Amino acid sequence: MAYSKEDMARRAAAEIPAGAIVNLGIGLPTLCADYLPEGHAFLHSENGLLGMGPFPFEGEEDPQLINAGKQTVTVLPGGSTFDSAQSFAMIRGGHVDLAILGAMQVSARGDLANWAVPGGKIMGIGGAMDLASGCRRVIAVMQHATKDGEHKLVATCTYPLTAARVVSRVITELGVFDPTADGCFKVIELAPGVDRETVAKLTGAPLV
Amino acid sequence: MTGRHHHKVRDSVAAALDGLESGMTVMVGGFGLCGNAEALIRGVIDKGVKDLTLVSNNAGNLGKGLATWLRADVVKKVICSYLGTNEDLHSRMASGAIAVEVTPQGTLAERMRAAGAGIPAFFTPTGVGTVVEQGKEKRTIDGREYLLERALPADFALIRARTVDTFGNLRFYRTARNFSPIMATAARTTVVEADRLVDVGAIDPDDVHLSGLYVHRVVHVPEHEDPFEYKTSRKRPEGK
Repeated sequence: MAYSKEDMARRAAAEIPAGAIVNLGIGLPTLCADYLPEGHAFLHSENGLLGMGPFPFEGEEDPQLINAGKQTVTVLPGGSTFDSAQSFAMIRGGHVDLAILGAMQVSARGDLANWAVPGGKIMGIGGAMDLASGCRRVIAVMQHATKDGEHKLVATCTYPLTAARVVSRVITELGVFDPTADGCFKVIELAPGVDRETVAKLTGAPLV
Repeated sequence: MTGRHHHKVRDSVAAALDGLESGMTVMVGGFGLCGNAEALIRGVIDKGVKDLTLVSNNAGNLGKGLATWLRADVVKKVICSYLGTNEDLHSRMASGAIAVEVTPQGTLAERMRAAGAGIPAFFTPTGVGTVVEQGKEKRTIDGREYLLERALPADFALIRARTVDTFGNLRFYRTARNFSPIMATAARTTVVEADRLVDVGAIDPDDVHLSGLYVHRVVHVPEHEDPFEYKTSRKRPEGK
C-alpha cells in the first residue's frame, strides 16, 4: 500500500517543527496545512502574507486576500501583510525555515526541477527559484515516477533547474528519501507494503 | 520652478494619465487580478497608446485586468514572473506579437526596489545554475555564487491603494499590496487609484504604508469589480 496524497501531505507536515515559518508550494504541498495542529507553525505566502489561515467559510471570500496560488484564504490572529520585496527578502534572507514544494524531477544530489517541462508551455518561474534557493530547508513532495514509469528521482535532472543542491528530503507515494552529496538517495522510510526492489526500479539513481 | 508635490488629486482618470505615451515602460500593481488599478488600466486603453513595455507579475488572467491590454494591442513587451493560465499572453507570445521576459518573482521585486533606492544592480543567489544566469555576470562572494541583476525603473507606475490622503500618503489592504509600493518607488511618475480619498492628517503618520513622496497623482475611484481568480472556501461547521 503506497501512500495516498493525504498520507504524503501528513508525512510532509510531520517535518514541520513547532514554531517554524513555512512556505507551502502550490498543489499537493498546500494540503499539509490540514495536518498541522492549531498554532503549530506560521504559514508564509510569497504574495505578501504571514500567518495564513485556511480557506474562508462560504460567503466570506475576499478577492483581496489570496495565497500565491491566487486562491482566497484567511489571515489568522498575529498575521501580517507586506509588499513583494519584503516578502522575498524574508525568503532570500533565510528567514523562512522550510519550503515544502512540488517537483517534476529531483536529482540524487538535491537539484530541483519544478518550473518548466522541456518543449512544454512556459508557465513562468513565479517564486519557485527564490523559494528553492532561499529557504533554509527544502522538502520536495512528488509522485515517485511518471505514469509511464519514467524516473523523476534521477541521477541528473534533464528538466530546466529551479535551483542546484537544495532539496534535503523527498517524500513520494513510495516513501521518504534524502539526496546525498555522493549522488545516492538514502532510504529514510518506505511506505507500508512497498519493498526496496520496487523503489530501486522506479528510481534513476542508486539507493543506500 | 514648481515641485512635483503640489495638487496631486486629479478629477479624472484621463487627467491622471496625462503624459503616458506610446513606447513607455509602465509598471502596474497587482498579483494576478488582486489589487489591480482597474480604472487606470481601462484608462490606458481609452488613451489609445501602443507599444508599451508592461512590467507586472502576471499581465492579467481570464481575459481580465491587464489581459485587456494584451487584447487591445497596447503592449509590445511584457516583463513578468508568471504567465500561468493567461491564454491571452500565451497566444501572443507564441505568435511573436509580444516579447516576454520571465524573471524570478523575488528578483523582479528587488530590481524595482533597487531602482527606487538608487542601486543600479545587485548580486542575488536566485537563479544560479539555471537558465536565468544566461548572459549575466556571476561572482563568488564568501564561497557562494551570485548573479548580477540590474535595477528596473519605469516611466509610469499605476497602482491601487485602499486609503490615500491628498498628499499621496497611502495605506494598502491585505494582499492587494504586493508589488504596488515598490513600483511606486521605481517609476518617474506614480499614479494612485484610491478606493478612499481623505484629507491630510486623516492617516496617522505612523500608519502610513508608503510615503506620499513616491506618489505624484491621485484619482479617487470608489467602485471596483475585484474579480476572483480562484474562489476557494470551506463549509461552515454546524452551529457556527
